[in-house]
Amino acid sequence: MTKRSSIRLNAALVIGGILTALLIATALLSLVWTPEVPTRVRVAMRLKAPLEAGLLGTDHFGRDVLSLLMVGAWNSLAIAWPAVLLGAAIGTAIGTAAAAWKGIADEIAMRVSDVVFAFPAVLSAIMIGALVGSGPFSAILAIAVFNVPVFARVTRGVALQIWTLDYIAAARAIGKHPLRITWEDVLPNIAGALIVQVTIQLALAILTEAGLSYLGLGVRPPNPSWGRMLSDAQTYLSQAPHLAIAPGIAIALSVLGLNLLGDGLRDALDPTLKGRGASA
Amino acid sequence: MLRLVISRLASLAITLLFVSLAIFLILEVLPGDPAAIMLGTAAREDTLAALRQELGLDQPALLRYLDWIGGILHGDLGLSITYKMPVSTLVAERMSVTLPLSLLAILISTALALPLGIAAAARRDGPVDRAVLVFSQMGVAVPNFWIGLLFILFFSTRLGWFPAGGFPGWGAGLWPAFQALLLPSVALALPQAAVLTRVTRSATLEVIGADFVRTARAKGVDKRATLRRHVVPNALIPVTTILGLQLSFFFGGAILVENVFNLPGLGRLAYQALNQRDLVVIKDIVLIFSGLVIVVNFLVDIGYTILDPRLRSRT
Repeated sequence: MTKRSSIRLNAALVIGGILTALLIATALLSLVWTPEVPTRVRVAMRLKAPLEAGLLGTDHFGRDVLSLLMVGAWNSLAIAWPAVLLGAAIGTAIGTAAAAWKGIADEIAMRVSDVVFAFPAVLSAIMIGALVGSGPFSAILAIAVFNVPVFARVTRGVALQIWTLDYIAAARAIGKHPLRITWEDVLPNIAGALIVQVTIQLALAILTEAGLSYLGLGVRPPNPSWGRMLSDAQTYLSQAPHLAIAPGIAIALSVLGLNLLGDGLRDALDPTLKGRGASA
Repeated sequence: MLRLVISRLASLAITLLFVSLAIFLILEVLPGDPAAIMLGTAAREDTLAALRQELGLDQPALLRYLDWIGGILHGDLGLSITYKMPVSTLVAERMSVTLPLSLLAILISTALALPLGIAAAARRDGPVDRAVLVFSQMGVAVPNFWIGLLFILFFSTRLGWFPAGGFPGWGAGLWPAFQALLLPSVALALPQAAVLTRVTRSATLEVIGADFVRTARAKGVDKRATLRRHVVPNALIPVTTILGLQLSFFFGGAILVENVFNLPGLGRLAYQALNQRDLVVIKDIVLIFSGLVIVVNFLVDIGYTILDPRLRSRT
């Protein structure tokens, strides 16, 4: 008999894991090496097709597209990652507190969540941009704001179930403080659900960041970003259509990888949920 | 029943009150001096003072808030500083693009998602199910503005079938206007259709596993009829909820897609207003978008409380 590993491998987990590893590796590699200096302007090399200059051609400034894409991977994660972590931290605090105290506090927390959820992230970014000026900081804040109610709902749901368990009732009965129960018993039990949600929200954050930087509300030029590359590409659509392809594929593969990884992790951590993957 | 509607209405009113307060705080109180934001750091003191007076900033904040809300209730959204015209005129004009765009996108998304999701669930793990899962994974991953860009590249630049952007206005006739909105609405719809397909599939699977479905099959109702009469109507409840929640994604997406296709809609207006630092316009648009999302979700909620008697006791 062969020994079963504790995490069951599935296709989504493997493909998602590989794509995500590639994304992170590319982002890290861009910090130490890119084929060309991504910001170097070479007027003589403008709008070259793929393989004519570099693997993926050059843009309207003669910059190497592959190098821009690599640094774009880093910039995308540099916004998505802190935004999701910030949203997850605040959301989890609200969700677990709501589950611990229930009653009116819970009611208020959930109503506020509903309200915040009504704001699309792009709209939040416009509002925050009007307040403090648009840029990477506003983008992170807007995506984080959008994530707070998501994590508040998910953690509240799971935490409420855990609070009904007998051993928690016993801990309550002997006078253990709700905060300590939350920290010592509830949080470790919702860690799995949290990791899955973080992965899926990262995918959404990368998508949102791309949209924001397409509008010019994210990373500032000349620092490259996938969204801005697409907005530049639109200007030169008839002369250099190849510019509109690569950044989109980079976004789609990154998002696909993280989504698959999230689904795969959920199935691996909790086989009873298999096939229910509805993450709206 | 009436009491239920009244209590829901009260909570709707409170929610809207809080949303408008939050927007007002963020855009009018937190900046300290909105006039300075709108005119930039290089503004002269006397122009600043003039704008402050025009915006009524010499009044206390509470009075300004009441003034804003009171105006909205009368259909008066204030005066845009950059456009020098009433925001209500501006919004009405832009709404005639964004509303049809969003409705068309929702229509396309639902028309794709329902049959795909139900077909996939009807034969779980079959070839259709696998194809639908691949479509939904891909669809969720592709940004709507990139789809728009590819559409322009292919259908406009290459084939010349559609305009590459812009909007002729409804005055130019129904067909040209529809033509200008078709590609943007498909681009807006596809990613949301992918999400909705997954939801439809899992909701349908859930109902298929229920006891009453087994009973229907056991008493001899054939598979198709069971699906049509018993499964789908029940599966539509969670699907409608998600569709309501998706509205905010449709509006958020409209901001992007309108920019890709250069459509003079409300989303593009919000974006332009940000660049022009026109806080009056931003404030109104944010309230309109979020207000619409909240009201529609309220209607969805009330709608199936009326349709589904089981939900009535759970208040």
